[in-house]
Amino acid sequence: MQGFHGSGMSVWGFYARNAQEVLGLVGQHLYLVAISTGAAIVIGVPLGILLTRRPAWRGPVLGVANVFQTVPSLALFGFLIPLPFIGGIGATTAIVALVLYALLPIVRNTYEGVAGVDPAVREAGRGMGMTDWQLLTQVELPLGFGVILAGVRVATVVSVGTATIAAAIGAGGLGVYIFRGVAVVDDTLILAGALPAALMALAADGLLGVAERRFAWRGK
Amino acid sequence: MTKPLEVEGLGYQLPGTGKRETGNGRFLVRDVSFTVGAGETLVLLGRSGSGKTTTLKLINRLLEPTSGEVRVAGERAADLAVTRLRRRIGYVIQEVGLFPHFTVERNVGLVPQLEGWPPARIAARVRELLAMVGLDADTFVSRYPHELSGGQRQRVGVARALAADPLLLLLDEPFGALDPITRVELQLEFAALEGRLGKGMVFVTHDVREGLLLGSHIGLMLQGRLVFLGTPDEFRHSDHPECRAFMAAA
Repeated sequence: MQGFHGSGMSVWGFYARNAQEVLGLVGQHLYLVAISTGAAIVIGVPLGILLTRRPAWRGPVLGVANVFQTVPSLALFGFLIPLPFIGGIGATTAIVALVLYALLPIVRNTYEGVAGVDPAVREAGRGMGMTDWQLLTQVELPLGFGVILAGVRVATVVSVGTATIAAAIGAGGLGVYIFRGVAVVDDTLILAGALPAALMALAADGLLGVAERRFAWRGK
Repeated sequence: MTKPLEVEGLGYQLPGTGKRETGNGRFLVRDVSFTVGAGETLVLLGRSGSGKTTTLKLINRLLEPTSGEVRVAGERAADLAVTRLRRRIGYVIQEVGLFPHFTVERNVGLVPQLEGWPPARIAARVRELLAMVGLDADTFVSRYPHELSGGQRQRVGVARALAADPLLLLLDEPFGALDPITRVELQLEFAALEGRLGKGMVFVTHDVREGLLLGSHIGLMLQGRLVFLGTPDEFRHSDHPECRAFMAAA
């Protein structure tokens, strides 16, 4: 792996020399993704369930979540900076933005997973005297779990990518190398940031994909 | 002794009164009255959209009646908590609605589990029920619904409905989706089972032959009303035009 212009160093050499910094940035990156995806699950799953109980709210809520998705991430980070409490420079702002991005796939898939349960199954459950809570926890969520996980998977993979841009507002993470590499036109530096981010996205995609197939009841 | 089911002046009117509203204030069921004694099976016959299924759902309050009264074992259905009412009534639907992520054992044992029976008692009850519907317990307890044939699924559906020993069973075209041979098999077995169970049953179908085979009484519905109520023999000889239309189709 020789011959990148710029530092003239291979990416492996770069890692060897900067191991501690690299691990720190990987840690920051994981932190950004884990906290934001976790928060998006905590907010998004109940919200998605609520939409199955209040169908009239579905349009507005998914609409708003959709709008956040369409705002370019760099712009969204920028918009958040001047806001009080959640704004400013640093990880908090980045996490808020990442949560907003992760929300749509999680809310939408939770709604679809729960609402997509065979109506006959739901009718049988209600007809046998299950309460709404029992129906939700024993039937709808277990059956919709695979679809919900698919939403979490998409949200996580998108977060890993978007979190690289968080470096632009001082939140750290692997984007630090990428932005630095772009600034000084150094391919090795860009690669040093992009490679672990890509591996992280692939790993998240693979692991959550396995879990998702494990819980896919539909079609059986 | 109080009857498993008494229905008096039952009605269900869709919401809305104006012209453009969806419900339009139309009556799906109007002024329906009947009783079902222990060991009796009332077959509700009728064309599609005649209000048979709606009547069934008004009994277990999957739909709330807009008029009239339902009494289950002497108690007003409207006075009971809805989940309590439904756990006293077995309910079987055409699509069966087994839980795909539950084994046969957990499916059949659902209502006992909701009622908090001890696990050993549930397990024993499940085996007893599977035997009753003609399934070998050892073979089937640990299977999942997708591993069963249509006929086996519906047998499990019937077993599940009987699990907590309800006094009343509601069946909505339980054999409607089965192939003709399995269908006749299950009809004949069910006819034998009816006598042994001694429960009150309301059985919805549009198949006259099935109705005459399984019903101790036939109720014929037309446009939301019960236009005939009598024994199968009376039904055969009725000169009500709708009865004759159904007999001609038999």
